[in-house]
Formats: sequence, structure tokens, C-alpha cells
Amino acid sequence: MKYACRRVAMLAVTMVIVSLLAFVAFDLISGDPATAMLGTEATPEKVAALQKELGLDRPLLVRYGAWLLGFFTGDLGVSYSYHQSVWDLIAPKVAVTLCLSLLSFLLIAAVSIPLGLRSAVRSGGVLDGARTVLNQLCMAVPPLFTGILLSWLFSTTLRWFIHGQFPALSADFWGAMKYLLFAAVAIAIPRIAMTVRMLRSTVRQELQKDYVRTAISRGNDRSAVLRRHVLKNALVPVVTFLAQTMAEIVAGSIVVEQVFAIPGLGRMLVASISSRDYPTVQAIVVILAFWVVLAGAVADLVNQRIDPRLRLGGRS
Amino acid sequence: MKKTQKNGYLRVGLLLTGLMAALILLGMVWTPYDPQAMSVGPKFAPPSLRFLMGTDNFGRDIFSRVLQGAGATFVIALSTVAIGAVCGTVVGALTGYFGGAVDETLMRLNDALTAFPSILLALVVISLLGPGNKYNVILALGLVFIPSFARVTRTAFASLREVNYVKSARLMGASTARILLVHMLPNTLHVLLPALTIGFNNAVLAEASMSFLDIGVTPPDASLGYMLSEAQSLFTAAPWYAVGTGGAIVLLVFSVGLLGEGLQRRDKGVV
Amino acid sequence: MKKNLLGLLLSVALVCAVLSGCGDGSAAQTSEDRVAANAIVVGIAQDLDDSLDPHKTVKAGTREVMFNVFEGLMKPTPNGDLTPAVAESYTVSEDHRTYTFSLREGVKFHNGEPVTAEDVVSSIQRCAAATETGIVQVEAFSVMEDIRATDERTVSITISEPSNEFLSYLTTAILPAGYDQQDTAPVGTGPFRFVSRTAQDSIVLERFDDYWGMPAQLKQVTFKIIENADSLMMSLQSGAIDLCGHLTSTQTAQLGDDFDVAEGTMNLVQALYLNNAEAPFDDVRVRQALSYAVDRQAIIDLAFDGYGSPIGSSMYPAFGKYFDESLTDYYACDAERSKRLLAEAGYPDGFEMTITVPSNYKPHMDTAEVLVQQLAAVGVRATIAPIEWESWVSDVYTNRQFQSTVVGVDASNMTARALLERFTSTYGKNFINYNNADYDRLFREVLATYDDEKQTALYKEMEKNLTENAANVYLQDLADLVAVRKGLTGVTFYPIYVLDLSGIRYTA
Repeated sequence: MKYACRRVAMLAVTMVIVSLLAFVAFDLISGDPATAMLGTEATPEKVAALQKELGLDRPLLVRYGAWLLGFFTGDLGVSYSYHQSVWDLIAPKVAVTLCLSLLSFLLIAAVSIPLGLRSAVRSGGVLDGARTVLNQLCMAVPPLFTGILLSWLFSTTLRWFIHGQFPALSADFWGAMKYLLFAAVAIAIPRIAMTVRMLRSTVRQELQKDYVRTAISRGNDRSAVLRRHVLKNALVPVVTFLAQTMAEIVAGSIVVEQVFAIPGLGRMLVASISSRDYPTVQAIVVILAFWVVLAGAVADLVNQRIDPRLRLGGRS
Repeated sequence: MKKTQKNGYLRVGLLLTGLMAALILLGMVWTPYDPQAMSVGPKFAPPSLRFLMGTDNFGRDIFSRVLQGAGATFVIALSTVAIGAVCGTVVGALTGYFGGAVDETLMRLNDALTAFPSILLALVVISLLGPGNKYNVILALGLVFIPSFARVTRTAFASLREVNYVKSARLMGASTARILLVHMLPNTLHVLLPALTIGFNNAVLAEASMSFLDIGVTPPDASLGYMLSEAQSLFTAAPWYAVGTGGAIVLLVFSVGLLGEGLQRRDKGVV
Repeated sequence: MKKNLLGLLLSVALVCAVLSGCGDGSAAQTSEDRVAANAIVVGIAQDLDDSLDPHKTVKAGTREVMFNVFEGLMKPTPNGDLTPAVAESYTVSEDHRTYTFSLREGVKFHNGEPVTAEDVVSSIQRCAAATETGIVQVEAFSVMEDIRATDERTVSITISEPSNEFLSYLTTAILPAGYDQQDTAPVGTGPFRFVSRTAQDSIVLERFDDYWGMPAQLKQVTFKIIENADSLMMSLQSGAIDLCGHLTSTQTAQLGDDFDVAEGTMNLVQALYLNNAEAPFDDVRVRQALSYAVDRQAIIDLAFDGYGSPIGSSMYPAFGKYFDESLTDYYACDAERSKRLLAEAGYPDGFEMTITVPSNYKPHMDTAEVLVQQLAAVGVRATIAPIEWESWVSDVYTNRQFQSTVVGVDASNMTARALLERFTSTYGKNFINYNNADYDRLFREVLATYDDEKQTALYKEMEKNLTENAANVYLQDLADLVAVRKGLTGVTFYPIYVLDLSGIRYTA
């Protein structure tokens, strides 16, 4: 319990750092929101007036404090570009990106764990070599390239889905999931390959250990040993790795949402960064970061369940 | 039997990487055509003996551009990994070895950086260094890669902290720097090495994503990632463009990956 | 192990289920469905991430779409004239200073309210005073001395000096007085009414059935936002989009048989804009040398497959009477002459320069790539600095921190003034820092002239001044290629940057 509390505190600290980093970033990026809003109509006087109105003339920490206060009272602010509440703007997109990243994650976990175990147990031989080569190849393919190929194959050629016509999640959930699946595959392929490789090497390391050899030489069933001991021990680093994969999935979704024209947070993030719509950027950064940090925390807790000796991040 | 196979990856990896390196070096001194010269052939000429990978929308020779772009990508990926690995290892070594409050703080910062969108970070770097600077991408990606290296090395250093030879070195009065560098670092290579090759892999992919989002590119000097994102919008008109550049990326990453695989297997002494 | 395999099998089963059946629900819509519903989907590359209030809109992309929702007293026609819209007719007094508009009977706002003279007065005053933040001040209204509603259906406007361009500014949108939701739920009088906007996804417009004029043909128009060029192409090919403008010739060539391509002009002055205040471009010989070094036709052929019209000054052909064709070939590509001029200016070995280009505008990036090659031939070593649009606005346009840049400058309304006033030395948006006493004098004369013919001649003088002094390296007016799904017709082009939906219809 104490551990869980501590984990939550760590999570909170990380989130504070992330949001502060985002604020500092806005200060450094060229092009301020007021100029962006006024566009080609901007004059120094108009910019100054608008900055005052938006409160951008206040010092960084004051602005951050105001934002933090707003955040805790459930007010994410009003979008500079859309003149609408930020939450109303991004709420539907949160669900879309959540579905996309969960789908990718499930794909990665469901495919790579069995594949990794198989390739670890049946190593050696021509087949293993071929698998390794294939694995390395999959790792090397950029998701945006896969994305283009997939949408060309399944949309333009086979017409399994209509590229550019993403149904709203609320209107047609399964249709939306089907559309997202192709994007998820594009994100997942290199990550699956990496996880397989990672799993393979940890399991093989574990198999070399004395206790396994002893157990098998004592006449225990090989697959039982594998399941009961090897998997349990090999799983810890893999769970950590999968949690880190969440960060990669989120980063991947930013690109893949563009490729597949999915109205998610990633696209919104890119667009609002370029229009300097900072209240929106801030909210999205915090949500995406929370998602990634949460994955890390969950992984830690899971690992602790697997191996109670673990305390705070893999110092076993 | 097993031995030859184990060296197989290393040998093929070395061979391929060597070949790629040779091509990249060649690309720096000689290309069939000037990679930037336009109208050296017709627009969108399919691959032929004259134009090995065909020509692009400006009638430039894609093969020459790929040769040159592969060099750019190689340099970007290598420098990215170098920045990430050096800084990451320093952070990881210090936090792993000392633990305590420094560890906590740096690790939280590390977590924050991991969760922070790299595109925002890249834009900060660009604003600081000015647009059109080709070190933008390297620095931005380098920063992005620090956390993962820090995390990997931290665990390794932490696990070595209480090992006998480290303890005895400490008792013998060796300086901390010496302990970290001479006694511990070589023993973390088994985790660092695969992290390096995976890092290279990720760096190439990340650079492609950045180019795709129009960040940090400086045409006409193109990286493979930039060319790939160019090629995508011309996919129907000139599929060879995408295949050529995409293929070059895959081959580059693949050969380094194979090399890594070989190194790792030799290092572990397992099949 | 077995558990994992089971999991794999289960997930594969799930995948198949999703892919095969239950996904094809009601939301999927084919182009046939849209024909039946008399609706179309238009692809646009930029979101309307702006205030939707037409008096606050600064983005060309937003104006382009909202053209269908709003109207002023007057509105532009495809051939560049003005026609009465909310006004039914107008009279001008003898001294050319008082305009009297009688409003059209039965013009309604989209919320059902009739348009009154009060609405007209308040709308125009709102843009003249610009006391509310965010309102784009219409500077031409500064000559307005008096505006009043003389009765319920008559508005009279008095200006301090005669001006034959004043009418052009009365295309300013008429909005219901006192309505305060324009930012997000705009209400106008146009043939389409605004229905909804989903950020980074879509904008929906619907036919306004109480429109005073010829009602629109289509019942519903959805604008789908797809920023990525490649994704846009895929969406056209997959059937998700029926109409899409601003395509490149390479893109339209990939479309296949499902589409017709309509060709118009973008109505932009695309040029290599030079910072005239900064060395080496403060020397007219250097600017001329660059103009001689550039081969416009080669750029158009190489980067645009021959689509586009070369220009030689800050005016494009669609502007008809103001366009002076003789200026186009003023600087015929001549490398020797260019080198000679460079040598005279003290740069016999050329120099290094940076071309700042907004990276999301592919045509400008492509143009810049060709320019780098052409300039290299005379020894000028140019590098491209790609920059985000918003950074461009602040660094280049507002703060003027740049050497040179490739962009297209458009006219916000149909007057030559909109294109030429910006290079007078004191003008706030003179981002190239052009400073020429003759030019300023010519513009003062223009303002003082009422006679249309004389004024046109003066404008042409101004254009010539820009050309002779090589204020910028003028390139072209880009072609606007619009892909239209077969079965749809009625795309009309305007001399300004708008997409008129009212005439688009299904032929069947």
C-alpha cells in the first residue's frame, strides 16, 4: 500500500515536470500565439493588446500557476484557434487515440509474446535464422511506409475500408475499430519485432540458468518448467519493455493518424502546435504523457505482483 | 555447427554494413549524377540502366540522391545514438551508482522526457538553432534518445554496485570515476551494445517521422526519411521512388541490426 | 504457452470478425449514397482553426470556405465585377461622396430574422472602428464620414473624398446586430448555412432554403480536413472525397478516370520576395541580377508540368485591366547579364543567401528547390530554410527577419490597391521594406484620382516601378487544379481566393 502511494506520488511529480516542460517549450518556440491568431493582420500594437488580453504578458511561472489552478478545478482553458473550451474540443479525440493505442498495444502483446517464446525455445537451425532475419527486417520498416502500403492495399485496391472516412466512435464503434486496426498494424509491426527479439533473448538467458537445467535434468516436464519458472522470471523485463512501448505507440500514433486521416489527439497536437494554440497543446501533452507514465506505473505494479522482491523499478 | 551459425549473423552483418558504408563513402565522393541537378533525365523515368532507381518529379537521378541521402541518414542516426548513449550513460551511471535523491530527481525528469512529445522538443531545438540548420534534427533526436539509454544503463550500474569486484575496488580507494569507467562500464556493455543497435534502428525511423511532419528538413540536401515522405505522395506516379528510398532505409537498418545481433550473440556466447 | 496461443487465436478471431461483417454499419457512406442525398464531401488541406466570425477571420482558407455563408451589401462575381447582394440597388450622389443603398426585400439571416438597415450599419461600423479585439480593421473605411439608416430599408454612407474603390470594400459581411456567437456558430445571409465544426475533422454546411437568390443546388456539403497530401490522394481514390482544390499537376495525374480536373488560377503573386533593406538586396543591381538569373518558364515546366502563368510584377492576369503583360518578359533569363550585374555590384563570385519557405506549402518548396539550382548557375549559393507557417508570419512577415522568401501574396478583395499598397514605404505590411519615393508618390496620386482610366494607368506605373527596380523576383500565378468526381459539375473560378459551392450540382 505504501508502495502504491509512493508510485502515485512519483507519477504526480512526473506529470508536473511534463506540464512545466511544455510551458517552457512554448516560451522558446518562435512565433507567439497572438501573432499567430492575428496572422497577416498582425501589427506590434495589436499583438501587444492581444497578448495582454490572453494574459501572455505575465511571467512564465504565474501563467503556469494559473494553468495548474485551472487544471485542478477542471478548467483546461479556451482554445486560441477555435474559441471553444479545450475539453469540448479534444474529448472525442481522446477516445479515438485511446482506442488506437490500446489496439496497437494488444496487437503487440498478443503477437509478440507467443512468437517470442516459440522462437526462444526452438532456437537453432535454418528456421531460426530465417526468423531472425525476418524479425530484423520488420524492425527496419518505418510505420509511415507500412501505413502507406496498407492503405494502398486495403483501401485503394481491396476496398476493405474507405480511407478518409473514419466513422465517429459513438455512431459506429466496430466500423471505427476496423478502421483503426489498419493503423494499429502499421504502428505495431516494428514494435512486435523488437519485443520478440527482447523476449527471445531474456528467455534464452533464463534457460541457461542453473535452476532450469537442474529442473529439467531432474526429469520435470520441460514445458511445465518453462511456464512455471522461466516465463515468470523472463516476464519482468518484458513487462517493463512493453510499458516503454506505450511511449513509442503514442509517438507513432502522431504520424500514423496523419497517414490514415484519423481525427485523433496526435493530429490535433501537430495542428495546434503549428497554430500556437497553447491551451490545447498543453492539454494534449498532459493527456498523452499521463497515458505513457501510467503505463510505466502499471508495469511496475504488475512486475511487483510477478516478483514481490522488486522494489521501485528493476533494481533486482 | 553451432559456432559457424553464431558467427553467421556477425559475418553477414559485417559484410552488409561494410557494403553500405562503402556505398555511403562512395556517395560522398562520387555519384553517377549530381544528386541535386534537375532534368538529368525525363520526369518519373522508371528504373533503367541509365537511372538505376529511376528519376523523381524534378528529373533528378534517384540513385544518386539515395547514395547521398543514405550518408545523411547514417550521420544523423549515428550522431543521435552517440549523443543519446553518451549523455544517457552518464546519467544512468550516476543515478544507478549513487541512487538516492539524485537518482529520484533525474529519473523523474527522465520519465517526463520520455512522455514528452518529441515533435515539441524538436521545434524548441529548431527555434533555438534557427531553421535550415542541419544539426537541428541531430540535436533534437539526440535529446529524445537520452532517457532510454539512461534507463538501460541505470539498471545495469545499479546491479553492479554491490558486486564483489566493485566493492573491493572501492575498498582499495579507487576514485569513483575510475570505478565507473574501468570497473563497471565494460561490464554493462552487454546491455549497452544491443541498446546501441536498437537505438540506431529507432533513430532512422524517428528521423523519417520527423521528415514526414516537415520538421528539420533542408532540401535539396535530402535524408532518406525526407525522400521517403516525398516519395509517398508520388506513390502512384512513381512507385520506384518509394521502393528505392524505403528499400535503402530497410537495408541500412537491417545490416546494422544484423551486426548488432551477431555482436550480441557472440558476447553472450549463446546461440 | 498454450494460454498465449489461445490468446493469439482469440485475437485473430476477433480481428476477422471486425474486418468481415459487423464493421460495415450505417456510417459508411459511398459516393453513390451521397448522390442520393444530394450531398458532397470536399477535401481541404487546412482546418478552419480560426474565428468563424468573418470580421475576425485572418486565414485565407477560412475565408475560402465561409464565402458561401456570408454576403455583404455587394458581392464579387466570377468575372471580377461587383453585384448587389444584401442591397438590391444603390445610387451615388453627384459629388461621388454619398452612396445610398436600398436593401433587398426578403433577405433573411440563417436564424430566420430579416436583415434590417440597423444590421447593415452595425456590421460596417464594427469593421470601421474595430474596437472589439480580433476585428480586422478595414482601413478603407477610414474615409467614411457618416453612415446611417435613413429608413428601415435604406442605408446611406458618406465618404470624405471620392473613391472609385470604396464599393469594393462593401463586400464586408452583413451580420445580425447583437448576435454574439459568431466565433463558433456563425450566422450570415449566404446560400449555405453553417451547421457544425469538428476540430481537425470536418465542417458541415447545409443549403439555406430561405436564400433570397437562386438557391444552392446541393443539400449538404461536408468539408473534410486532411492535411497530409498523400492521405488526401488516398481519400480521393477511396471515394471518401468528391471535390478537392489546390492540387498539383502530379497529383491530378494520379487520379485516374473517376475524376475530371478543372483548371483555374490561384490568384496569387508568387515571387522570391527579397528583403530590400538588407545587404546584398539593398542594391538594385543584385536584385536585377537575380531576376535575370531566374527562368520562370523553366520553373513552371519543371515543378508544375507547365501549369501556371508567368508574371513580372505584383499583379496577376485574372485582374484583367490592371495586368500589364509587357512586364512579364522584362527580365528574360540571361545568365551572362546576371553575372555582369553581380560583378558590377561587387559580387563577381556570387554570394550566399537563405530562402525561407513555409514548409507546409509544397508548391513554394518545390519552386524554391528549382530556384536554388537556377541561382547556382550564376554563382549565387542559396540554401532553403523551411519554417512553419506561424513562424513565417511572426519572423518574416511581422518582424521582417529574413533575407528572402518564396510565398504567394493574394488580394483580400478585388482592388489593385490590395496588391500594390503594401509596397509603399510607410505601409505596415510592407514586409520586404521596399522604399521608393516614386512609388509612394504614384500611390498618393492614385488615391487622389477619381477617373478610372487615369487611375488604372497610375496603377500600371506602380507595377512598372516594381519591375524596373526588381523589388522582388516575380515568378508566376500558380494554377489551381480542382479534382471533381465525374457526375459533378459547376465549379466556377473567381479572381479572389474563394470556393463557390452554390453552382455545384450532380448532372444526373
